[in-house]
Order: sequence, then C-alpha cells, then structure tokens
Amino acid sequence: MSKEIEKASVDRRTFMKGIAAGLAGAVLPGGIAEAFDWDAFLQKHFKEMTDEEIKKVIERLEREAAFDWKKKIHIAATKALPNVKFGYGLDLSRCIGCRKCVHACVEENNQSRTPQVQWITVLRFKKGEKWIDLENSEKYYNPKEVPEKDFFYMPVQCQQCENPPCVKVCPTKATWKEPDGIVVVDYNWCIGCRYCMAACPYGARRFNWAKPSIPTQDLNPETHYLGNRPRYKGVVEKCTFCIQRTRTGKYPACVEICPVGARKFGNLLDPQSEIRYLIENKRVFRLKEDLNTEPKFYYFFAT
Amino acid sequence: MQGKCKVFLDIIVAALFSFLAFLPGAGAEEKPAEALKDNIPKFFAPKPPSSENFPCSKCHQFRATNKTKRKLHEYHTAVELKHAEEQRWCYDCHEGNKLRLQNGQLINFDKSYQLCGQCHGTIFRDWKAGLHGKRTGSWDGEKLYRLCVSCHDPHKPKYRPIEPKQQPLKPADIK
Repeated sequence: MSKEIEKASVDRRTFMKGIAAGLAGAVLPGGIAEAFDWDAFLQKHFKEMTDEEIKKVIERLEREAAFDWKKKIHIAATKALPNVKFGYGLDLSRCIGCRKCVHACVEENNQSRTPQVQWITVLRFKKGEKWIDLENSEKYYNPKEVPEKDFFYMPVQCQQCENPPCVKVCPTKATWKEPDGIVVVDYNWCIGCRYCMAACPYGARRFNWAKPSIPTQDLNPETHYLGNRPRYKGVVEKCTFCIQRTRTGKYPACVEICPVGARKFGNLLDPQSEIRYLIENKRVFRLKEDLNTEPKFYYFFAT
Repeated sequence: MQGKCKVFLDIIVAALFSFLAFLPGAGAEEKPAEALKDNIPKFFAPKPPSSENFPCSKCHQFRATNKTKRKLHEYHTAVELKHAEEQRWCYDCHEGNKLRLQNGQLINFDKSYQLCGQCHGTIFRDWKAGLHGKRTGSWDGEKLYRLCVSCHDPHKPKYRPIEPKQQPLKPADIK
C-alpha cells in the first residue's frame, strides 16, 4: 500500500522543477516581456531610496506620465526644509463658504474631474444650534449668494495630524508623516486597501475609483512626487498642504485663492510666523481634539 | 482737611507719573508698539482703487466747501454712505486731495489703513500681524498685503456676498 502511494506521488525534486518551470512561464511570457515593467515592480520604498535612485524613478515616472497624459510633466522630490513644521489656521468668523478653495485645490493638485475628487469639503452649519454638529452639517448647500444669514461655514481637509491614525493602519507603509509634518502618500506603493480612509476621523482621504480624468490643458505640470503628480486608478490621495508649493516657500493654493483671507499658513517652529501669532492670540480649537490625533490645523475666531 | 490732603497727594502722584512717561526709555510697554509700527508691510497689492474723479481738486478748487450734511444730487451720487453715517460726513475723512485723520493730519490714499485703524484698532493690529485680510506670496518671505479698501468699500464696508462655486456631486448623481 505505502509503495503504491510513493509511486503515484511526485518526488521532491520533480515537484520543485515543476514549480520553477511554472513560475518562469507565469512571470516571463516570452515575447511580451517588456509589457511588464520590472523597474516599477521592484521600486523600493521612497524613504529607503537614495537620491540617485529617486532621480531614476522620477525619470521613469515622467516618461510614463508624458505618455499617459500627452503632456510633459515635471515631478520634483523637494525635501522637507530644516526647522520647519507646517501649521494651518482657518478663521471661521471670516469664511463665507464660497468654495473657491475647493476648486483652486482641484486645479492645483490635479484632482480627477470625472469621477469627481475634491480634497476640501466645505460644511455649512446653522448658527445657534448644537455647536459644530457634524452630523447635521450640509455640504451640498447651493444658494445664489454666500454667506447666508444664520449659517456659518467650515472647510474640512486633511488636518495633517501629528499622531495620524491613517499612517498607523497602512499595511504597506505607503503613507507616512514627513519631517515638516505633512502626511504624504506614495501612489506607487499604495495598494488601495482604503484602511487609511476608514481610520481617518476627518474623512479627508479620497479614493480613485477610476483612472483620473483631467483635460490635458488643465493638468498642472509642476508636480511633486509626494503630492500632485497624476494619480493611478485604485490609489488613495489627500491634501498635502500643496507640498509642491510650500516646500519652495509659496503659500498653498487655497490660501492664495481665499477671497476673505480666512486661511492662514506658516511655520509652527517660527515664533514670528502668523500661525504662531494666531495660536497665541486667538481662540483656537482643533477638530475632534479628543481623539488625540494632534491636528496641525487650527480653526479660530478672529474678532 | 484729610480730603484736601488726598487730592493734593493725587495731583503729585499724577504729575510724577506724567513726568515719568516723558522720560526717554521710561515707558517699557511702549516698545512693542514701536515694533508693531515697523511691522507695517512694505508690499501692497493691488493699488488703492482710485476714483476717476481723482484728484479731487480737479473740481473742488472751483467749489466752496460746504460741510453741511445733505443728500448729493449732482455729484458722487454713486457713493452710498453706510458706515456710521449718523456721525459722519465727507469732510470727516476727506480734505483736499488727501485723507484726513481725526487729529487733523492729512495722509495719502495709499496710507488709508491709518484712517481705518483709528477706529478698528484690533483689526488693524491683526492686519499688521498678517491675520486679518488676504496675503499672498511666500509664507517665510515677502508677502503681498491688501489695503483695507481692496476688499471693503470704505463708504459701505460690509463684505459683499458672492456667488458660491459649484457644490460637490451628490452620490446619486455619480454615473
């Protein structure tokens, strides 16, 4: 009996040979081998790459993007500036809910037009009711003119937490907090599991259900690897405080567009910065502070 | 007698304090105010919106000054005063081709924030610190400020409502 079984079963050597042959067949389908990009498949984690390796990866990505989007795109990998930690302030007593920030952000950061992806959500609250009643807030308000009587508005975007829950849950470490405090996503490492979206208490992350569609002339060619470079289908994206702008000293696009100057931005480590002035002199609060996420996004009321 | 003594003492104390205040370097709390003065931004955008009537002397040199508060029918009919209009008339802020501060000092239109700052001190302080109003440029470098009148009509300063941008798609509308 045992002899028969031995005869029928494959011995170890044959089994291993079979596996090797099978793998080779599956992975290297002869003629169309170049359809599979080994460089992309073997790309190391962004934080483990040397500057030289990052340069090579970016060259490949720029090539791919030029092909995919029919436009020459520049991808920067500007590093965080020393002694900088970005903080954001938003004056709720000024915001008029015009949504200019939402659309400026879409244009600056190459968000998909169809399906619609927007990093900023402006919530409308009724004055005098339960305060910041998120569940009864309205984001589809559409009056002829804003601000409306008896309402106030609160734009919500990524709060750039110091203790970001989204980073903790990422199974591939595709999202992390940079030294200047910006929480970033590597779209080449994101596997689209959306755990981070479930973990984020602010609903700040967005998922690309389809390949983003952006009219070629509207595509912003000045991009950053960790920011507004064109995304793929099936990856998560979010506000990066306009990393491509702020790391070169500029204000984020939402700050520049705000018609009432409700949005403030600066270096939390610089005692002379406007963000420090507002934290020290105004009544500030952070959204869902009780969750211990330590957001670097300060809502305040200027008088 | 005691009451008289107290008054006398009060006068002496007051005189001493006012003397101290004039001593150079005595007012330690004066310094931050000086520092803030230096904070007046260097870069403005855009230029103050100038009226097509400027300079005022174009017409006013031929007209007698009439400080009576009245409804204007001939000129400046577009100016609707809704800014403490009960207490105010043209000549409280305008004089010649200049703006007039409460102390009688005349300033140019590009320094109009001094005029606004007379009443709106807290806002003026916040504006100098970069908090009130819009600024563009770089967060760690040169910034462009706006004058008060770039956003507020000085005669009717309440911010005008604007049309909001398109609302996000409702889930039901996503095809």
